[in-house]
Amino acid sequence: MNVDLMKETGNTSSETFHVDPSQKIKFNISDMHLYYGDFHALKGINMEIPDNKVTALIGPSGCGKSTLLKSLNRMNDLVPGCKITGKVLLEDQDIYSPNTDVNLLRKRVGMVFQKPNPFPMSIYDNIAYGPRTHGIRSRAKLDEIVEKSLRDAALFDEVKDDLKKSAMAISGGQQQRLCIARCLAIEPDVILMDEPTSALDPISTSRIEDLVLELKKKYTIIIVTHNMQQATRISDITAFFLLGDMIEMSATAELFGNPHDKRTENYITGRFG
Amino acid sequence: MRGVFLFSASVCIIAVAMICIFLFANGLPFFQEYNLWDFLTGTTWAPLRNIFGIMPMIVGSFIITIGAVLLASPIGILTAAFVTYFSNSKINRFLRPAVALLAGIPSVVYGFFGMMLLVPMTKELLNLSSGKSILVASVLLGIMILPTIIQTSSAALSAVPKNYYEGSLALGATHEYSVFNIMLPAARPGILSGVVLGVARAVGETTAVIMVAGNQARMPKGILKGIRTLTVNILMEMGYAADMHKDSLIATGVVLFVIVLCINAVFSYINRRRVIQ
Repeated sequence: MNVDLMKETGNTSSETFHVDPSQKIKFNISDMHLYYGDFHALKGINMEIPDNKVTALIGPSGCGKSTLLKSLNRMNDLVPGCKITGKVLLEDQDIYSPNTDVNLLRKRVGMVFQKPNPFPMSIYDNIAYGPRTHGIRSRAKLDEIVEKSLRDAALFDEVKDDLKKSAMAISGGQQQRLCIARCLAIEPDVILMDEPTSALDPISTSRIEDLVLELKKKYTIIIVTHNMQQATRISDITAFFLLGDMIEMSATAELFGNPHDKRTENYITGRFG
Repeated sequence: MRGVFLFSASVCIIAVAMICIFLFANGLPFFQEYNLWDFLTGTTWAPLRNIFGIMPMIVGSFIITIGAVLLASPIGILTAAFVTYFSNSKINRFLRPAVALLAGIPSVVYGFFGMMLLVPMTKELLNLSSGKSILVASVLLGIMILPTIIQTSSAALSAVPKNYYEGSLALGATHEYSVFNIMLPAARPGILSGVVLGVARAVGETTAVIMVAGNQARMPKGILKGIRTLTVNILMEMGYAADMHKDSLIATGVVLFVIVLCINAVFSYINRRRVIQ
């Protein structure tokens, strides 16, 4: 990697991207720093993430985009030595305040992982797992949630006859849509997606992309992707990260068409990364 | 060089084959003189009168083993869950060696522990004429098979992919809920094989049992009464048995061998299913 291409040159546009005032803000991140032990992984992030939009986080490996995503539902709590300063507001709630119920937060902010991770149980039980966790026991209610979630994840028609089949037996693309359905079943506000298609073939990928466009009508979606074409296809807003800084955030067409920062331009034109 | 490896590998097979041949060659002729059905289902063991019914010993082996497994499985599995998901490295630094040590203690030492401590304690507490009983034997065997269950179960739990756990947490499940509803069920085949190994060890144990079980060759009438197992039956009488009596003991060995074979078959069946999964 040519290090010069990653250096700041002249005009930097570090002014914060502001969401259109008519638009509701879902996440408001201010002066957020994140450390893994001594490693400074996120260096003063300021971001507003709008409601009911798809926000894409792009940048080369190790730039902190996945780290930021995982701090929005506090999955970083699992990493020993992880320390966070600054504020992350979900609507009005500071998600790092000691009063925050992490399990309720994760119910509101669902997550889809890079590698499909269905549980080793039936398709039905995979979807019902979340609602059961949150106290739903009624068989009729669970049946309804399972069907609705599978329909919303565009998987129902493919698996409706084998809901009792092991989730390990379906294809990778179906497994990932199952994981999305599993996430929808807990009725989140926000869905975080961490490179959800990087382990999938092109056809499965385009299915998931279509699904994301469908889901943004009801949910706020934040997606980390390595694939810049994917970001242009599905996101409304894109944020570019580099070495723990957020370099630039703007409407996707703007960021890819007319990047303000030289480093963004170098990255999206493929000069590094 | 390959020959050296082949030779080493064949030692096991030759040993098993020879034990098989020896047992069946010496044990089966007994059934020409004594009806197999009477042998297996007879409830009276009176070698001096040439009555050889080993039902009491079969029942004895089963009851003691079931008792031990009922006792050791929950404790062992929960200990494994603790070691893997709830403990910290400080506690584990003591816990793991303790479990390993428990596995390495010779059974005669367990026997002493049972005889000198558990037996008198049971006698005092429950006001019995003797503390040597099914209860004490089961408790003692339970302690003996704990390390097997703990070690196999915690290995199985550690082998469960971590992304199941993350997936569960990301749905808003608590740590405990995730461990009990995702990780333990996912490790079930491995845990089961640990329990089956424990069963095999309990069925085969002799020395420790002989010291605490009372060893009366009669049908048990309650868990506070003494009992004799198949293994004990052989060990206690082999020293002086002769002729048909001796043959009946070898036949007892055949029955024991068949039981252990069945347990192993169950074990490999479970393992095979795990591989397929």
